[in-house]
Amino acid sequence: MAELILLLLRCSVLFSAVHAVFEDQVGKFDWRQQYVGNVRFAHFDNQIQSSKKVLVATDDNVFAAINTRTGELFWRHVDKNGPEGSIDALLLQGQDAIMVVGDGRLLRSWDVNVGGLNWETVLDSGSFQSASLVGQQDHVRYVAVLKKAAISLHYLSNGHQKWIENLPESDTVDYQSVYSDGTGEVFVLGLVPNSHITVVVYSLDDGEILKQFTVDCPWLSELLSSCSVIGRGMLTCVDLLSLSLNMFDLHSDSEMNRVSLESIGLEVSPSFRPLLVSTQPNAARAPLSEFLLQMGPDQHVLLQLHMGQILTLRDFKPAMLASFATSGEKTVVAVMSPKNQTASSINLFSAETGRRLLDTTLIFTMDPNGGKPVQLYVQAFLKKDDSVGYRVMVQTEDHQLTFIQQPGRVMWTREEALSDVVTMEMVDLPLTATQAELEGEFGKKADGLLSMVLKRLSSQLILVQAWATHLWKLFYDARKPRSQVKNEVTIENLSRDDFNLQKMMVMVTASGKLFGIDSKTGTIVWKHYLENVPLNAAFNLMVQRTTAHFPHPPQCTLLIKDKDTGLAMLHVFNPIFGKKSHISPPLLPQPILQSLLLPLMDQDYAKVLLLVDDQYKVSAFPSSKNVLQQLQEMASSIFFYLVDAEQGRLSGYRLRTDLSTELIWEVVLPTEVQKIVSVKEKKANEHVHSQGRVMGDRSVLYKYLNPNLLALVTESTDQHQERSFVGIFLIDGITGRIIHEAVQRKARGPVHIVHSENWVVYEYWSTKSRRVEFSVIELYEGMELYNSSVFSSLDRPLAPQVLHQSYIFPSAVSAMEATMTEKGITSRHLLIGLPSGGILSLPKMFLDPRRPEILSEQSREENLIPYAPELPIRTEWFINYNQSVSRVRGIHTAPSGLESTCLVVAYGLDIYQTRVYPSKQFDVLKDDYDYMLISSVLLALFFATMISKRLAEVKLLNRAWR
Amino acid sequence: MDREQFSAGEHIKPGITRGRSYRARPRPMEKKQPISDRGQDPRRLELCLVNSNNGRRIGETLDAELSGYSVPLEHSFETDDVTNFRVRGALILKPGREQSVSLSQNQLSEEDRIRLKEVAAVDGLYKIRVPRVSLQSDRAERAMEGHLTAFVRACAMVESHLSDVLTLHTDVSGVLIGVSIVTLPGACRGTEVEDEVDLETFNTTLSVMAPISAPGPETALFLERLEQETEKKGKPQEQKSFFAKYWMYIVPLVLFLMMSGAQDQSGGGGGGGAANGGGR
Repeated sequence: MAELILLLLRCSVLFSAVHAVFEDQVGKFDWRQQYVGNVRFAHFDNQIQSSKKVLVATDDNVFAAINTRTGELFWRHVDKNGPEGSIDALLLQGQDAIMVVGDGRLLRSWDVNVGGLNWETVLDSGSFQSASLVGQQDHVRYVAVLKKAAISLHYLSNGHQKWIENLPESDTVDYQSVYSDGTGEVFVLGLVPNSHITVVVYSLDDGEILKQFTVDCPWLSELLSSCSVIGRGMLTCVDLLSLSLNMFDLHSDSEMNRVSLESIGLEVSPSFRPLLVSTQPNAARAPLSEFLLQMGPDQHVLLQLHMGQILTLRDFKPAMLASFATSGEKTVVAVMSPKNQTASSINLFSAETGRRLLDTTLIFTMDPNGGKPVQLYVQAFLKKDDSVGYRVMVQTEDHQLTFIQQPGRVMWTREEALSDVVTMEMVDLPLTATQAELEGEFGKKADGLLSMVLKRLSSQLILVQAWATHLWKLFYDARKPRSQVKNEVTIENLSRDDFNLQKMMVMVTASGKLFGIDSKTGTIVWKHYLENVPLNAAFNLMVQRTTAHFPHPPQCTLLIKDKDTGLAMLHVFNPIFGKKSHISPPLLPQPILQSLLLPLMDQDYAKVLLLVDDQYKVSAFPSSKNVLQQLQEMASSIFFYLVDAEQGRLSGYRLRTDLSTELIWEVVLPTEVQKIVSVKEKKANEHVHSQGRVMGDRSVLYKYLNPNLLALVTESTDQHQERSFVGIFLIDGITGRIIHEAVQRKARGPVHIVHSENWVVYEYWSTKSRRVEFSVIELYEGMELYNSSVFSSLDRPLAPQVLHQSYIFPSAVSAMEATMTEKGITSRHLLIGLPSGGILSLPKMFLDPRRPEILSEQSREENLIPYAPELPIRTEWFINYNQSVSRVRGIHTAPSGLESTCLVVAYGLDIYQTRVYPSKQFDVLKDDYDYMLISSVLLALFFATMISKRLAEVKLLNRAWR
Repeated sequence: MDREQFSAGEHIKPGITRGRSYRARPRPMEKKQPISDRGQDPRRLELCLVNSNNGRRIGETLDAELSGYSVPLEHSFETDDVTNFRVRGALILKPGREQSVSLSQNQLSEEDRIRLKEVAAVDGLYKIRVPRVSLQSDRAERAMEGHLTAFVRACAMVESHLSDVLTLHTDVSGVLIGVSIVTLPGACRGTEVEDEVDLETFNTTLSVMAPISAPGPETALFLERLEQETEKKGKPQEQKSFFAKYWMYIVPLVLFLMMSGAQDQSGGGGGGGAANGGGR
């Protein structure tokens, strides 16, 4: 019993110090979206008619099942990042999904229904080539895995190896594919390019080589895309030179049979590589004798092999995509052909006859802001009247999945591009129409007293009207149950709320697709796919004009730079609507080294963007006369720096009046010793409220707040664990002065760094102690300020005091950022994304180099926490409770209109948005604040005073009468 | 001279105690002080090394230092923003395990003085550069390709009467990675420098800054402190009586029993409050 009371007491103590959200707040201001990445393999689960699963394996090493009705995930497995977890093959057999992972390292079988792992086998080493299901007597029992030098057969039921055999002459022959048709033989096809095909036939029972022969084909250089097995073991290859089909029976060792494409009336588009696609609906049986041949970018032909003759069943032209689908015994071909500018139609054809099936037309409306379709995944099913119905999943080049049902109803879309967000910004929403009206009144020129009064009155009237409708809506909504109140977000009703908590998240993804997402609900408001974005592009997103300058629309500029050539282009758009701006950005013929957004504004309140090319010439955007004039005036005070990480060179430049530049400083870190891994500036929109810290003895320690300070991280080129180090340099970006340099010995990257106010926090791996450590550097000017009115890098001769302290952190770190608020009054927290999926909000107080070893009276006065080498991880510090965010790559913070509140977006494979209150909600009433109680108390008091006043009056009167 | 001595002591920063601070003091030009009896060319500068650790002065003449390796220190100040480096002095790197650098520099010529003032008037820059060298190794090929550059505003140079602080930054292997120059005072207030003599000789404080070793987590000290604390706490606990040890269990038990007794009588009401306390 005593323990129970103790428990109760402890509970009450614990709960009183909770930072995290309460249960009823879950999902109230936070949301999470889960993604899988760009789909590499997709299979529909066809074991039962009513199944609503599509299994996908993606480039991001994710294996997932998507609900075909809603587009939500049933389950998802996220494997290791990089080549170690890459999914090489996905085969579906009944309710088992067989997967080869990590270049043939692992063979896994999953249960499709629940997403559980049936078994996993470690395969022998060797690079993976191909995998195939192998059946015998109508039952699929094995899976064959072909590697560079060996083939192995495994049982589907438990993954055990039945046999493994070395491939003959594997050093000269490139074995690429494995084929079986349920006859008890396994064919392995190998190629010596431009010479011959080698076929090795293994016995299914014991792996004995039954037969081995070669076929001469000096014209063949690629097996996988040019050759396919059709019908009963007829290997068919396309000859690119003579444009003919070459057939060869695997069962009878005979000569190649050549059929010219011209002789069957087909013409290949010039410079196009014909592609051969066959289908094998059941692994225990031979493939169908019908196959598809792609003749050009928009032509597909359905061919049939009949008695050794090739027959043309149907010529699809124009047709962008075609693919096979099977349901029961029926195999169909789905063909997508363009209809008009914005739509294409998908039709179903019988594979056997090539005839079009009735009532199977489906209209796919292409998004003008999306990419072209690249792949069709067809789910065919038999209807009650034995006709074939189907649904399709269309994959487009912007990584979008669209699931369509007849006659063209889009069931769902998934924007898988969002699984790879590169950079983002949060932009304030514009004012409402009424607010804009009011603003417009001030913007206009004054014309007479009377008209001004009238205008003012009319706008006041509009305000009253808007308020009334708002009240009415509130009243109307309040009567409805909460679940029915829909707050649909459309472009029309997007407007700033009272506390600026709702913003537009502009996200740039690696595929080149831009998104505008409403931060409150996570709804995608607009999307825009940029074509011609190079694969290895670097993106830099800048807000040139915010929404504050009505009636000028807000303006964002995205700089897209090819990392190899350095050539760049600009995309200028409105961040609220996603529309491309009518302002034509300048063409950039020269490679761009650096871009910088100046605080200068042109006459339309757009900040000036300077672009430095490889000739060290500067161009401005916008480059109006006004801007150039301003630049000329300011030139001598515009400094910028360039970092060349390859040569370890940092250099500073000053702008000249003719927009050329002058080299003014240079720092060179020899690359033989260390290489630059990251350079971190402070955020431009950061506010620091307090200039100093009050000490225990009431004196002030002033912070060194240099807005031009750069934090530079280097890693040693020597990776030996005794000699490796991580270097930290604090460099003034204007003068090139090295303010501080420190080396963390016996340390290694990856280094995550946060640079803000007067501190730098970085995280590294200690090779000596084999643990993750945090280090904090704080800079102080000392007990007096050098120049309290203004900070100039050119006039700070005294170096700051540097305080440095390190801690142990009990987890690895995948991303790090600091909270940011409107005025910088709220205390700061570090937001740390952990590989486990949690986002930890660690108070900066714990990372304070002034934490004393021994607690004195003064440090107690200052509220310093005594030094402890290990930083705690408290579960209530996880801001995303159980909403794990997979593979966090970045955390973006933005201030809101409330000083206490900071908006946080964590992105990686998933996207998670929430708000954090580092100093709790000191400026907001609590959610469960008792309005009723306070108003009733007030009313009661009011009436009590009225009554007592009346009573007092009566009493006084009575006394006067006496 | 005393004033200068003091100023040198002042900007020895706590952060660079591992490095050394040297000061190249010009030969005093005032007539009051007698020229030293060594009979050198008055334009040559005597070098004073101030060891920052103990303040001991190791006076050494330039001639002795010439045995070391010397690299040019160059400067550039032009009115039309072009860069034209000329020799300002020489950095003498002394071989040996101890990194030691000293500086000998020429006076500014009449022409240069006028030009510097002109540059200051148009808010031009005063740039310096040193070649990339290694301070540590004794190899012949110390020099690497390229230079390290830094700048101050020319007006700051003029207004501080050529009092500048040069800092050479090295990396872990002793290779120069950067140079920085600041003047004391650093501000440009537009004060006219009347006396030409003030712009004749450099009053330079030279220091070398090597990277400091960042501290690791202090586990040993912390553990020691923990042990001490537990020792302090541990001993008296053993002598405690049964009641002193378990009072925290007994008192609530008694309280609970008392309250439950009271509850029976008054129909209960005390329990609710305690449960509410657990909420938030």
